[in-house]
Amino acid sequence: MGWRMTTKFEVNGKPVSVNVEPRMTLADCLRHELRLTGTHVGCEHGVCGACTVLVDGEAVRACLMLAVQAEGAKVVTVEGLSNDADLTPLQKSFRKHHALQCGFCTPGFITTAHALLTEEPDCDADRVREVLSGNICRCTGYIGIVEAVLDARAAYKK
Amino acid sequence: MKNTFIGQPMERREDLRFLRGRGEYVDDVALPGLLHAAILRSSVAHGKIKSIDTSAALKRPGVHTVITAADMPGGPPIVPMRLQPLPEFKPFEQPAIAHEKVRYVGEPIAVVLAATAAQAEDAFDAIEVEIEELPAVADWTVAQRNNSVLFDKQGTNRSMVFESRKGDADAAFASAPYVRKERLRTGRHYGLTMEPRGVMATWDAAKGMLTIYGAAKVPFFNRRILSAQIGLPVEQIEMIENDVGGGYGARGEFYPEDFLIPFAARHTGRPVKWIEDRRENLIAMNHAREEEAILEVACARDGTILAIRGEVHTDMGAYMRTNGAVGARNVSQFMAGPYRVPHVKIDSSLWMTNKTPVGTYRGPGRFEANFFLERMIDMIAEELRIDRIDMRRRNLITAKEQPYPIATVQPTNAVDEYDSGHYPETLERALQEIDWPRVSKLQGKLVDGKYHGIGVVCFIEGGAAGPKETARLEVNGDGTISLYLGTSSVGQGVETIFAQIAADALEVSIERIRHVHHGSTAYVSDGYGAYHSRSTVMGGSAVLDAANNFLAALREAGAKRLGCDANAVTLDEDKLTGGGKSVPLREFAGLTQEGVFLNKKHTYSYGSHVAHITVDPKLGRIEIIDYVVVQDVGRAINPLTVKGQMIGSLVQGLGGAVLEDLKYDENGQILTGSLADYLLPLASDFPNLRGVVLDKYPSPINPLGAKGAGEGGIIAAGGCMANAVANALSSLGVQPRQLPLSPAYIWELLQQAGRKAAE
Ligand code: FES
Ligand code: FES
Repeated sequence: MGWRMTTKFEVNGKPVSVNVEPRMTLADCLRHELRLTGTHVGCEHGVCGACTVLVDGEAVRACLMLAVQAEGAKVVTVEGLSNDADLTPLQKSFRKHHALQCGFCTPGFITTAHALLTEEPDCDADRVREVLSGNICRCTGYIGIVEAVLDARAAYKK
Repeated sequence: MKNTFIGQPMERREDLRFLRGRGEYVDDVALPGLLHAAILRSSVAHGKIKSIDTSAALKRPGVHTVITAADMPGGPPIVPMRLQPLPEFKPFEQPAIAHEKVRYVGEPIAVVLAATAAQAEDAFDAIEVEIEELPAVADWTVAQRNNSVLFDKQGTNRSMVFESRKGDADAAFASAPYVRKERLRTGRHYGLTMEPRGVMATWDAAKGMLTIYGAAKVPFFNRRILSAQIGLPVEQIEMIENDVGGGYGARGEFYPEDFLIPFAARHTGRPVKWIEDRRENLIAMNHAREEEAILEVACARDGTILAIRGEVHTDMGAYMRTNGAVGARNVSQFMAGPYRVPHVKIDSSLWMTNKTPVGTYRGPGRFEANFFLERMIDMIAEELRIDRIDMRRRNLITAKEQPYPIATVQPTNAVDEYDSGHYPETLERALQEIDWPRVSKLQGKLVDGKYHGIGVVCFIEGGAAGPKETARLEVNGDGTISLYLGTSSVGQGVETIFAQIAADALEVSIERIRHVHHGSTAYVSDGYGAYHSRSTVMGGSAVLDAANNFLAALREAGAKRLGCDANAVTLDEDKLTGGGKSVPLREFAGLTQEGVFLNKKHTYSYGSHVAHITVDPKLGRIEIIDYVVVQDVGRAINPLTVKGQMIGSLVQGLGGAVLEDLKYDENGQILTGSLADYLLPLASDFPNLRGVVLDKYPSPINPLGAKGAGEGGIIAAGGCMANAVANALSSLGVQPRQLPLSPAYIWELLQQAGRKAAE
């Protein structure tokens, strides 16, 4: 086993401390060390967006970031954007617009869309497409996803 | 209460877990004591293995074992074909791990097992593999020379010629007033799933039980393959289907890893997990599509198609995989598409090359056939100076000709016929949707520096492959009902669809159908899986049969408790009533009945695509202004998911039409080894797409009337886009003859046209 480092950060509002090899990605750390398997890994080279999480509010590819780089950060995953009681307005909108099939890309789209709508609740369809073009979905053809995000804007307006 | 869940656009129950990140894909399952596998793959396309030395790798940190062919007494087992398993193909099947020779970049050579996946990969550079390189066979034109052969004993690179025949094509050609001949080709694509493949296996020596996680698509069949390979009866193998991140024909077939990982688990006595990475996926998962046709069409002067004949050549890659022959077979049988063609003669050759082997990818052979014929129809109409839409109208099969016999394929003796439908109807509807009178005026026009073009094509989609599917209903302890199926999910939303069908058949609320389980081998006695757009039709029909048996059993059991005649008993949501009394359903917990659906015939849904695009002649770039797909699916169980299938498959098809191409150099080295090189459609690429689902002509061959409908968007996308480009650039005489329609290819066509004009 190689050299390890202890790193402390916050995940979904809870402080965590992990002892990992410096080369471990944040995606692998979330999935395998912290067992938050909602964050998916589809390419490991920063192209597909399935691993997108929020780091200090910004959408970040967890496969391109090392776990040790998260020191002191606030990380939010799809689990942190969900609750048991009910789907959130964004999730409801995805369901209504059939914005997912196999569901593998979905956590990455939810986190990306959440970051976008939090910052720009008035974004238009072109802007939504532009931002979502960093995430790949092989099932839906994107039409439902874009409609879902547009339809969820109302819930993010102050 | 008379239910009508069927036909309603119902939100999916699967979504509740996926949206919260609670899906459970195979890599999400963790077991104690796990060893991680990494697979060392050949970097040489073609060569003789001289030696493999793993001793240094074994000393690397964390490494537990390294497995090679030498660990398999009697040599590695081969992976047998599942579809068209002809004896002629036997010598071309793939050993589970490279043995004596390597035949493509990506072929497994050694499996390293270590405490972490990173340590297993770290050990690769300590494995010494000596390979004597042989000349690579990089495409079918090289293959046919047979200078370098992949399988020495065979002496030829051609594994098969499928012969598709109807009527007497040669005679029809001899007397035809008009013949057009063209050479056309499609790119190499693959059914890239966003979730890479993965297998996890555990071996319980005490119970003699092998458990496989990550099963998909055809778990029962794969269990039989593994049973024969590993020497365990099927009862001692359990296949567990987890959530599956996309299938598209490629995932869930039996691959070498589906033997290697269970073997490793049994070999070490430890649970073993292997998760493919994306670079691996690009060279290990089945490729598809790369086909070239030399095709002739004979016509009357009015555009009536008299006959089709020609040859198709498929670049098969290095081995005949489980379903590898399907594309080459389909392209020959479905070359005539939805058109009335009395005489057909197609010879389809399968060429072995030093590339990743092919298998099916959504719309196998149909995507290619559609591109070939639809491209030719437009060229013919132009040359004969007839309207290309009238030419299609003239030749489309009508309702009164159904069932319509199609070409028979040898040597499999595949006799088939279309089942139902009035094909011109979807064409008219698509033209109406796109507002033909308005957009037709734009054809070939240059507006603001961009040429406008309209593509119009028609297609046929096969579905519902037999022979059988099984379903089972069971009363739960809380009075709800569980449904178990032999078919699988590859992300299509089958849980919702089957719940709709069961709730309708039992006349209960949809919530009463509490769980829908599928795909794992423990649930029903037998199952066939999710391929050939068959899940809904076959599984759904089996649910109807199971519901009948289940209701009969409930009535009988209820009659005893209620002291009345079985005929007087009804299922009333959460209780059985009869003779003025009732008894709660939960008191029948454990009562269960299976049902089956047997079927030898296929369903054929059909439709039309119409696309309005622009081409920027400076950049060679295509933009879609509007795109309409109209498909008659017989009966839409859930219009929401049918439309989802339509648009999703359309965008995959557009990827193949304009972006996707797996490229190799002449040494058999892949040039598109990452997602930065193999381009997939993104959210910003194709914003203007529409789908219209019709269900006017139910299928007569199953009780639901449903037809397979997962491929309609993809099949015709290549043909439609190519015709749209030709239409846009008609004033320049540009005729695309290959896919993808990349900016570079379009630019090259424009340069050629420019040179011709200058001469
Ligand atoms: S896994 Fe991180 S971008 Fe694909
Ligand atoms: S839903 Fe399957 S990849 Fe997006």
